[in-house]
Amino acid sequence: MGIQTPNGFNLDNSGKRIVVDPVTRIEGHLRVEVNVDKNNVIRNAVSTGTMWRGIEVILKGRDPRDAWAFTQRICGVCTGTHALTSVRAVENALNISIPENANSIRNMMQLALQVHDHLVHFYHLHALDWVDVVSALSADPKATSALAQSISDWPLSSPGYFKDLQIRLRKFVESGQLGPFKNGYWGHAAYKLPPEANLMAVAHYLEALDFQKEIVKVQTIFGGKNPHPNWLVGGVPCAINVDGNGAVGAINMERLNLVTSIIQQSIEFVEKVYVPDVLAIGSFYKDWLYGGGLSGKNVMAYGDIPEHANDFSPGNLGLPRGVILNGNLKEIFPVDHTDPEQIQEFVTHSWYKYPDETKGLHPWDGVTEPNYKLGPNAKGTPTNIQELDEAGKYSWIKAPRWRGNAVEVGPLARYIVGYAQGKAEFKEPTDEFLKKLGVPVTALFSTLGRTAARALEAQWAVRKMEHFQNKLIANIKAGDSSTANIDKWNPQAWPKEAKGFGFTEAPRGALAHWIKVKDGKIENYQCVVPTTWNGSPRDPKGNIGAFEASLMDTPLADPQKPLEILRTIHSFDPCLACSTHVMSEDGQEMTQVKVR
Amino acid sequence: MAAIETFYDVIRRQGVTRRSFTKFCSLTAASLGLGQTAATQMAQALETKPRIPVIWMHGLECTCCSESFIRSAHPLAKDVVLSMISLDYDDTIMAAAGHQAEAILEETKEKYKGKYILAVEGNPPLNEGGMFCIDGGKPFVEKLKWMAEDAMAIIAWGACASWGCVQAAKPNPTQATPIDKVIKDKPIIKVPGCPPIAEVMTGVVTYVTTFGRLPELDRQGRPKMFYSQRIHDKCYRRPHFDAGQFVEEWDDEAARKGHCLYKMGCKGPTTYNACSTVRWNGGVSFPIQSGHGCIGCSEEDFWDKGSFYDRLTKINQFGIEHNADEVGLAAAAVVGGAVAVHAGVTAVKRITTKHEG
Repeated sequence: MGIQTPNGFNLDNSGKRIVVDPVTRIEGHLRVEVNVDKNNVIRNAVSTGTMWRGIEVILKGRDPRDAWAFTQRICGVCTGTHALTSVRAVENALNISIPENANSIRNMMQLALQVHDHLVHFYHLHALDWVDVVSALSADPKATSALAQSISDWPLSSPGYFKDLQIRLRKFVESGQLGPFKNGYWGHAAYKLPPEANLMAVAHYLEALDFQKEIVKVQTIFGGKNPHPNWLVGGVPCAINVDGNGAVGAINMERLNLVTSIIQQSIEFVEKVYVPDVLAIGSFYKDWLYGGGLSGKNVMAYGDIPEHANDFSPGNLGLPRGVILNGNLKEIFPVDHTDPEQIQEFVTHSWYKYPDETKGLHPWDGVTEPNYKLGPNAKGTPTNIQELDEAGKYSWIKAPRWRGNAVEVGPLARYIVGYAQGKAEFKEPTDEFLKKLGVPVTALFSTLGRTAARALEAQWAVRKMEHFQNKLIANIKAGDSSTANIDKWNPQAWPKEAKGFGFTEAPRGALAHWIKVKDGKIENYQCVVPTTWNGSPRDPKGNIGAFEASLMDTPLADPQKPLEILRTIHSFDPCLACSTHVMSEDGQEMTQVKVR
Repeated sequence: MAAIETFYDVIRRQGVTRRSFTKFCSLTAASLGLGQTAATQMAQALETKPRIPVIWMHGLECTCCSESFIRSAHPLAKDVVLSMISLDYDDTIMAAAGHQAEAILEETKEKYKGKYILAVEGNPPLNEGGMFCIDGGKPFVEKLKWMAEDAMAIIAWGACASWGCVQAAKPNPTQATPIDKVIKDKPIIKVPGCPPIAEVMTGVVTYVTTFGRLPELDRQGRPKMFYSQRIHDKCYRRPHFDAGQFVEEWDDEAARKGHCLYKMGCKGPTTYNACSTVRWNGGVSFPIQSGHGCIGCSEEDFWDKGSFYDRLTKINQFGIEHNADEVGLAAAAVVGGAVAVHAGVTAVKRITTKHEG
């Protein structure tokens, strides 16, 4: 017996139930349960966020200027993006403008994260869903070299290079201590790459592991460390001094040269290794176009990377903004973070309590009270769950909706919105990529499309970093070294009450924070993050979330080894520490907080 | 059963020469601040010991510790994982998932009883029966205790596992708890920081795998080699502090000249860590060098000691004469704030001493 969801999926939970817990190679804790029919095709999907930290409760009563540091600790993978969202929210609430240089530096820090996160996601969290490490042992190094040289002029591509790597890999495997590769689904029928492509990919897995540590140095130079660099309400903490007394203590010519050098290396790695690899691997999987889920229906992007400081209108944002519903690329709806009817969160199937759970609440008015209980048909006990009951409450993630619609966010959503807007910088590379693979534009709405969009976006982001580095240098040359606006640093300059919001496009998708400030302290703080959108459980109307939708109708080659589930879930780059921290407003213990 | 290889076997078979191996040992010893004798000892250990299995578990956390670990410049994370340890379980990077992943834990517990290192990132919440952090359908705290039973030693990565960190900041709604409060009978090395510096993390691992013992720890369980001095003691802006030259406002003339950030709330004078010497991301910078004060992220309860921009009081103006043991946590008195004095001497110290003997 099936249930038709309002967002167009036919759910049938009568078949065999398969549980994957823990889902690994993600940030945080996630559980997935599916039902398969007699042909091992997924007919029902349930995704569960399995952690909760309560950071918004902790923020209440604190100094708004400190909030970036707390919210940054929501996630150490997308490090910096919550901090940037937070300083924007505080600046929005208190009407603080930032200098042009601070905007360029913040953009570079955010773009460096985008590039780093996408690269590490593809090679270290996602690649093993497409690449069979053990198969690489039977590759011919000469043929591997020919393959590598046919797709890129990256210099590390000689037969000897691949032969040495293969020897190292063989000896590692033969040692019997397989480390992180232990118990993988090696030899699985869903792996399609020839041994040579597998060997090339393993080589780049290791090269990317070495290289990723370079990209983040952009954050270290401007923010002092990575992960978790330092930020500042009103600008950036690093001062600029290129030729004065004591310039060695500031951003000077040597520091700027280091940034330039890192950007150039990043451009090279992304364009010569990452993008060609995704294309090469994709060419072997272009018949496996499952996993589209909501992407061909409902997607949303907030936009980000303001060209000029303090202007968040869509025309000033480098990344696109808007909502697409029901796959109609001809109509793009505007997003308003302040409209109580647009973004709302529901808890009918989440482990929280609302006075009226049929209704959603806007983040400024959000309520979060934990309410952990399993549905009546769950199997096991509350502290030893065998199977969840999705008819009841089943996740620590709330269900955010845009005007009642479940939407997908992330690089693919951004590219779909940008494509629909006809913006050449998104449309042209996408068309070229699709043409090289020989697939139609509808192929974008898939697991592969999500992975491809991320690679294309990394390429867009490294080039954009170069743009803002040039802009920063030009502005310094024009005589502007300013990096911080301190007019309203002192809380005495603040209104008695204020509220605001800030948004970014995190690597994983649309991210926003909402803040209320009263008497110089945080009165309420709410975050709605990308994985809350993508990993959301069902809502009161029965709409399933993006993770759940993406798994529907996918055939599994071997239900005991559900490689296809991992492949599709990983294509979202889930971040569970982000999605499941939300708490409110009515934190019952707030009276105990005494900050000063 | 395949024979367990030594680290030396592995790297020799991977084409590393004897000469490079010896050089590696010297460099590693030097980076730990140790001499040539130690390098020889290290070489000997690496030649005779199999790669130690490491189980890396994640509780309530943000994964910044894992992210920091892979930033290590010397040794490279790649070499640590392929050649120095056997990272048999780590949710963040392992190929296996679901029951194939769980099976590794059982196998390790049996096959390497008392011989594996348990590395913990994050901490267990105790409220709601532990179900604020669910792993394999069960409370994370159960899995943690179960794997701790047969571990040789435990590494507490970062501020979460060591002290509680952000989710344990007041009012700590989930009752997030540092791991030494739930594991009482095993040596625990605390490597605090949010996150710890990459080379400090790989330095601690390398020390344990090569010398076969825990590093010398202070009273709070931190390796003395990295946590015995304050940021302030070795800060390159210290002369400006002593000369009374301070940044008074963000982006003022003093900020552009790199003067002391004490008046902007810098917690360097009360924070024990290696940032001002090892620095971050291959030595590129550290917070103070990039213009922001230290926020004290390696100290216990640093979230609850007032604003990051409040000025410290009662610091010892002149003198680096006190070490971490003598000063402990009591030095950190923040404007109007209370300091939680926590004087727990853990089991680590005793066991460490025994190992050294």
